[in-house]
Amino acid sequence: MLLEVKSLCTEFPVKRGVVRAVDDVSFEVSEGEILAIVGESGSGKSVTSLSIMGLLAEPGHVAGGEMTFDGKDLVHLSEKEYREMRGNDMAMIFQEPMTSLNPVYRIGDQIVEAIRTHEKVSKKEALTRAIDLLRKVGIPSPEARVRDYPHQMSGGMRQRVMIAMALACNPKLLIADEPTTALDVTIQAQILDLLRRLREDTDMAVLLITHDLGVVSEIADRVVVMYCGQVVEEAEVRLLFDNPMHPYTLGLLKSIPRLEDDDSKRLYMIKGMVPNPLEMPPGCHFSDRCDSCMQVCRERMPELVQVGDHKVRCFLYEEQDGHAKDAAEVKANEEKAREAIEAAREVSTAEALIEGDVAREAEEGGADER
Amino acid sequence: MSKKTVLATQGAAGEVTNSQAQQPVEKRESIWKDVLDGIVSNKAALVSAIFILLLALIAIVTKLVPGILPYDPYEQNLAESVQGPSAAHWFGTDIQGRDIFSRVLVGTQITLVVGLAAVAISLTVGVLLGAIAGYKGGKWDTVIMRIMDMMLAIPSILLAIAIMAALGQGIEKAVVAIGLVAIPEYARIVRSEILAIKENDYVAAARVIGDSNFAIVFRHVLPNALPSIIVRATLGISSAILDCAALGFLGLGVQPPDAEWGDMLGRGRNELFRAPWLMIFPGLAITLTVLAFNLLGDGIRDGLDPKSRKR
Repeated sequence: MLLEVKSLCTEFPVKRGVVRAVDDVSFEVSEGEILAIVGESGSGKSVTSLSIMGLLAEPGHVAGGEMTFDGKDLVHLSEKEYREMRGNDMAMIFQEPMTSLNPVYRIGDQIVEAIRTHEKVSKKEALTRAIDLLRKVGIPSPEARVRDYPHQMSGGMRQRVMIAMALACNPKLLIADEPTTALDVTIQAQILDLLRRLREDTDMAVLLITHDLGVVSEIADRVVVMYCGQVVEEAEVRLLFDNPMHPYTLGLLKSIPRLEDDDSKRLYMIKGMVPNPLEMPPGCHFSDRCDSCMQVCRERMPELVQVGDHKVRCFLYEEQDGHAKDAAEVKANEEKAREAIEAAREVSTAEALIEGDVAREAEEGGADER
Repeated sequence: MSKKTVLATQGAAGEVTNSQAQQPVEKRESIWKDVLDGIVSNKAALVSAIFILLLALIAIVTKLVPGILPYDPYEQNLAESVQGPSAAHWFGTDIQGRDIFSRVLVGTQITLVVGLAAVAISLTVGVLLGAIAGYKGGKWDTVIMRIMDMMLAIPSILLAIAIMAALGQGIEKAVVAIGLVAIPEYARIVRSEILAIKENDYVAAARVIGDSNFAIVFRHVLPNALPSIIVRATLGISSAILDCAALGFLGLGVQPPDAEWGDMLGRGRNELFRAPWLMIFPGLAITLTVLAFNLLGDGIRDGLDPKSRKR
């Protein structure tokens, strides 16, 4: 196992209390695997990745749990040891390629710097390697492009350069924090293609942080769904998409428009808003927004339990004593969750229709008066 | 223009992305080229730059070949005391009968050296303190910036006089005093620039590739703050020259018989109505030099300001 995260807790003390941005998160990444962490803004996915890289901004800190990378304990690593690992064993690319490169240096020099930070090689040798890296990430005529400044490149090109920089020292793990969010769909597809190809060539593991389920289905091997700092579901990618269990995952997938959808129905929407991290509902964090919410959900936090090939955190699949329910009951409850969502969707469709009628009547009424 | 087209065709032949970038293909050579562009495109700045180069030339030549001066600037000749401008003495003579023209020329040495050395001191210390305060933040920021605020609260010339009083007289001490007094201005500018720059993703990217804080500040953060530092330093030279003249005027700068413009001004003030040339020429020299550095600073600022840059 390359990266093992066990019950990680990351906290940010603020004036009004302590925000637990990452709450008891556990997952594993093995060599050459692409693991996607999905969740909406504020679900703690980026903080998880920063915790792994040891780059949490003050006053954020890891409050508990274990992180092991390649046999090394990350939680108790000194800053110096961390620095040696960053860029060397683990690398990271960011969401915004337009600002991720230093505008005052040529891109070649920036890649050379990335190489020379960790390896004692001559400038010339590093430059040759930089050109190779640029070629590897699909930049045409890299010999000329190393002399370019970042502002002479498009967003897709810059993201390629960022990936080249990240690959400079052949890391074992690449953390990609929404690498395609700022790019248009064609470039997005190219970058995902590139990541997949690089994984095949170098057997590098990728931890992909995203909120885009389309991206996930295209590239990931396994998916961790996060909500409000917790893992709510984890499964192989196909399994998750074909058979989502947690009402949140179900809701996310239902809210993607599909061509074969019934036009008369509204697109499903998860009701409500992400709760304020300082005022979490007492039971399950998702209880206020869940269509299948039960009494127990408001009182207690469900555990993450193994149900078949899934891991899921929901009382639909868990007995009060913390054990998974038997297969028949799970099946029935899955069905129930689906029905609850369909019902909620019909209600919202009906409401929209009524609203539309009211608006139309008002309009007609106005016309009559005139 | 033709150069640009050549670049554009090269770019198009090389790859296809430039058309997507929607930016004019423009070769940014370096910040120094922008500085030069700013000076050349601004007539006042260009004239100022030439004037400053001339001053530098005068300073160097009079230092190396003192014989080139019409008179020995230090030789007293009481027979020719306080004579008005004439063909023999273009700027007249002072009370001791020394040729003012020669003394004004020699004065450029002290003025330029003091201006540059004082700025070097305040720049080095100010940038360092500002960088620590801005990048480290927290307690470092509070302590450093409150000390800077305290220094700013005291009028700079008063502070310089106090420092001179503690250090004693002499031109090198004047340089230290003038340099110390200007530190807070640089520290403030650098701190505020760094606060903005350190939030950029490329700083995070540098940490991700394993750069140390030292490398990040000096390789990634400070070079991006360079434009405002350069502009501030150029303008800083003129205020250093002015401070030096003020100290000289108050009799705290150079030791006689050294020629320094502020000192000449101060010694001439008793004879202002009888012999105005004692003050006019050194005063003019100070004014023109300070004006030249200010205009040069303006030109450089225009060159480095992306909004005013012509596309």
